[in-house]
Amino acid sequence: MATLIPSSESLERPQAASPAAAASNSQPAITIHTSVSPWRRSWWRLRRNRLAMAGAFILICLSLVAFTVPTLLQINPYEQSLRDSLVSPGSAAHWLGTDHLGRDILIRLIDGARISLTIGFISVGIAVLMGGLMGLVAGYFGGRIETILMRLMDMQLAFPGILAALVIVTVLGNGLTQAMIAVGISSIPKYARVVRGVTLALKLSLFVEAAQCIGASDRRILLLHIVPNALGPVITLATMGLATAILSAASLSFLGLGAQPPTAEWGLMLSEGRKYMRVAWWLAVFPGLAIMLTVIAINLLGDGVRDALDPYHRSEKE
Amino acid sequence: MLKFVARRLAEAIPVLFLASLIAFGLLYLIPGDPIDAMVGVSAAGEVGLARPEIVAQIRQDLGLNDPLPVQYARWVVNALQGDFGKSYVQRRSVVSLLLERLPSTVELAVASTLIVALLGLGLGIIAALKNNTLIDNLILVISLGGISMPNFWFGILLILVFSVFLGLLPATGSGGYERLILPAVALGYEGIALITRLMRASLLEVLGREYITTAHAKGLSTWVVIIRHAMRNALIPVVTMLGLQFGRLLAGAVVIETVFARQGIGQLAIQAINTKDFPLVQGIIFFSAAIFVLVNLLVDISYGYLDPQLRIS
Repeated sequence: MATLIPSSESLERPQAASPAAAASNSQPAITIHTSVSPWRRSWWRLRRNRLAMAGAFILICLSLVAFTVPTLLQINPYEQSLRDSLVSPGSAAHWLGTDHLGRDILIRLIDGARISLTIGFISVGIAVLMGGLMGLVAGYFGGRIETILMRLMDMQLAFPGILAALVIVTVLGNGLTQAMIAVGISSIPKYARVVRGVTLALKLSLFVEAAQCIGASDRRILLLHIVPNALGPVITLATMGLATAILSAASLSFLGLGAQPPTAEWGLMLSEGRKYMRVAWWLAVFPGLAIMLTVIAINLLGDGVRDALDPYHRSEKE
Repeated sequence: MLKFVARRLAEAIPVLFLASLIAFGLLYLIPGDPIDAMVGVSAAGEVGLARPEIVAQIRQDLGLNDPLPVQYARWVVNALQGDFGKSYVQRRSVVSLLLERLPSTVELAVASTLIVALLGLGLGIIAALKNNTLIDNLILVISLGGISMPNFWFGILLILVFSVFLGLLPATGSGGYERLILPAVALGYEGIALITRLMRASLLEVLGREYITTAHAKGLSTWVVIIRHAMRNALIPVVTMLGLQFGRLLAGAVVIETVFARQGIGQLAIQAINTKDFPLVQGIIFFSAAIFVLVNLLVDISYGYLDPQLRIS
């Protein structure tokens, strides 16, 4: 892989490469030795991945539309017009048709994108922060605290998939915010496990030992030495987790435990549209398409991010 | 082997213990007193029909005045004897409700697992053998759909196509094969996708090994090589995944049963949560956690049986 980037090969071993390069080119050594961080190199790898870039492109377009159109155009996803109820898609006024209350589907889908993306980012944020912290503490300090934390994480073994979120929603009550928190909490164990694993490995590494020897505090070692190294796997997980979070939140709303009417949440729209399926197929199709498109885009990007951050991991295809 | 089984059993116990704590604790994590939910307290906090002395009496009868550990111990002892209490709403024992709904969910999960196994393995094998052809890519697209489509939406689409447009199969309800096919497929699609990808990757990896070349060189026919030599090793990770998938199907049933209006445990769970029927919620949580742990245990043990290396590590 590295051979495709001419400069990176020499930069990987600056000490070895510098005399030769300086001698042959007779250029100041400094220009060659602006060090290229591993992050930079991952970014190059990601940029060359066409599928991942396509995913990123869709995602960026989606976010732009979701977060700018509702404020710029002053659209109202709740505007009813009973005279125009159940208009088929393709009409000039309503491109994707209207629902049983005459609300424009396209406008509702755009508003739904804003809701879904927000839910996704916030719940992944919750999971990354809490799971990451737990994993760091458990992996670095070990002992009883590790046993307790990791046993708690084992709970996920007993509550697969959406069940954990369901349990949490039972406690918190129905609603969009609650669903967001529930989805976030239920994916904490994934992050805690990965971060703990990385931390355990790093704790024994030479550079951490060196830092300990010169008297660096635990906090300094954790934040400056361990966190940056644990970031890669977490970013990969978080990208994939965004898709899962959006799906789970939509499922909860579909079950009536998340967003409540009249919110234009995709899962809820499907649940409402289902009742009119026999006369208005579009109500049962478009919100699902929106979910699928978003999830595919995120997964494509996620695959690319994984390959970029961990080039030694072989993707499934091949 | 016996030691391996014993160790896996010992590992399952703390998980079950935690599940029981969560199921029990649920009642006390919810804002308000459990008794409020039972006698029906209005949002404003005023007790409806129940007189204070009756509330106190119920509280005494249910043992809610005892210290929490005592209550927990009692709950566990009862639960182990198969007594999860009575549903507030339906006024029947939780166990009888669970048992009544269980066959429908099990039927769905088993049918779905069969479909996942058949289609997942089949598509995976075809994709691996036709590696990098149009068929392979088509199968990859199908499996991408399984991973990216919300299963409830796929269920809705199936209803739309097969009941609304084509009128071939009934859309909702339980009972009979024709009412089982659509939900089983909807529930299994994600699993089919995962198994297909895994089987493809696993078979491709095995087909690259030297012993396969040897088998070919001996002059064995392609099918003998694939079935007798390649499949045996390629199947190991797939079998584990299938087992784990069965557990996930039980969770997915919650959504699919709602889509297809099937009278199963998943639908019962949603009902219980919506009506704040806490003993029922507790029972379902503990019951499904127990089943999931049990399935995982069986998968682990069968995995150890298939792959002797695992028994030691």
